[in-house]
Amino acid sequence: MSRTRSILIWIAILLAPGVALAAAAMSPLLAWRDPIYITGGFAGVAAMALLLLQPLLAGGYLPGLTVQHAKRVHRLVGGTLVGAVIVHVGALWITSPPDVIDALLFVSPTPFSAWGVVAMWAIFAAAIMAAYRNRLSLRPRNWRLGHTALVTIAVTGSVVHAWLIEGTMETLSKAVLCLFVVVATAKVVIGKRAWALRNRPR
Amino acid sequence: MTSLFPTRRTMLAMGGAAVAAGYSSLLVPTRAGNIAPTPSMRGGSNNYLPGAPVVERIGGGGFWMSGTVRRAGDGLPLARQRIQIWAHTTEGHERDPHSHGATLTDANGEFRLEMPQIVPAFGQPHGHLAYDSGEFETVFLRPVMGSSRDKSLSAHFVLKPV
Repeated sequence: MSRTRSILIWIAILLAPGVALAAAAMSPLLAWRDPIYITGGFAGVAAMALLLLQPLLAGGYLPGLTVQHAKRVHRLVGGTLVGAVIVHVGALWITSPPDVIDALLFVSPTPFSAWGVVAMWAIFAAAIMAAYRNRLSLRPRNWRLGHTALVTIAVTGSVVHAWLIEGTMETLSKAVLCLFVVVATAKVVIGKRAWALRNRPR
Repeated sequence: MTSLFPTRRTMLAMGGAAVAAGYSSLLVPTRAGNIAPTPSMRGGSNNYLPGAPVVERIGGGGFWMSGTVRRAGDGLPLARQRIQIWAHTTEGHERDPHSHGATLTDANGEFRLEMPQIVPAFGQPHGHLAYDSGEFETVFLRPVMGSSRDKSLSAHFVLKPV
């Protein structure tokens, strides 16, 4: 891979979440929100940014990182992602407990809540699969199928969740970040043939 | 039809017509008295605080919440009914007591309360309204604004006597 191409890939990958965070930080709505509510919203945006890095790290598609190094960073970012989701839900709970309880029980009037909650459980389950990989003693292909299926649910749920929400993210930068996350996930799942028997070295 | 004894075909046709007439009178009411009560909406009671005071307006105003209150069945407008209103606005979160207020309906069963601009919260720009005075069954509404730039929002109650 040429040096210019590597630099361009890194710029795109860092710019999409960077612009999304900056645009969210300039929202006029922030003036009317408590710090804890703002924290909850930004934890959600940060989680979406991490969701972009995860497939690229897992697939070893980030230029300049060795596969072994990328896998280690993938685990680290995965843990951070779980943390971001917990902060997101926790801070919203403090802001308005009944709204979050409705969401967790799937009785919320807002459809995006259900997508978010499904994505949350899928992220937790994918992380637990990773943390207990050795003890689960699954065949590598089955582990990969399970992890990929959960991640696909998480990405779909998160993108629909974010897209339907009005108030935290700026629309265009949200669309670009969501598109990047979907494309990156699809590229790695399809490009690495996640469903196939291992037919290439990692 | 000249025969005294109806054929099977006419019997079926007459029977069918009789059944259809019977059903249509049940399904298509012709008289007043069938106005259904408004059901509470999902999430309508979130961050409800009982006993909000009747106020001239909530905070600095600039946004109008309006609606009507009628009786289930005959649809009679209900005067002097207390409607409680709260929302996430430019002046506070839903849970803040100063975001809550109440108003009374006029002789036409209409209410209108000025409040601060509602802003999107928890993903949608929305308001909350409650009828909870006890004479009728309690109803919680959660109308959503068509656009967060709207300067007004309305919600309508049809109440069922307890």
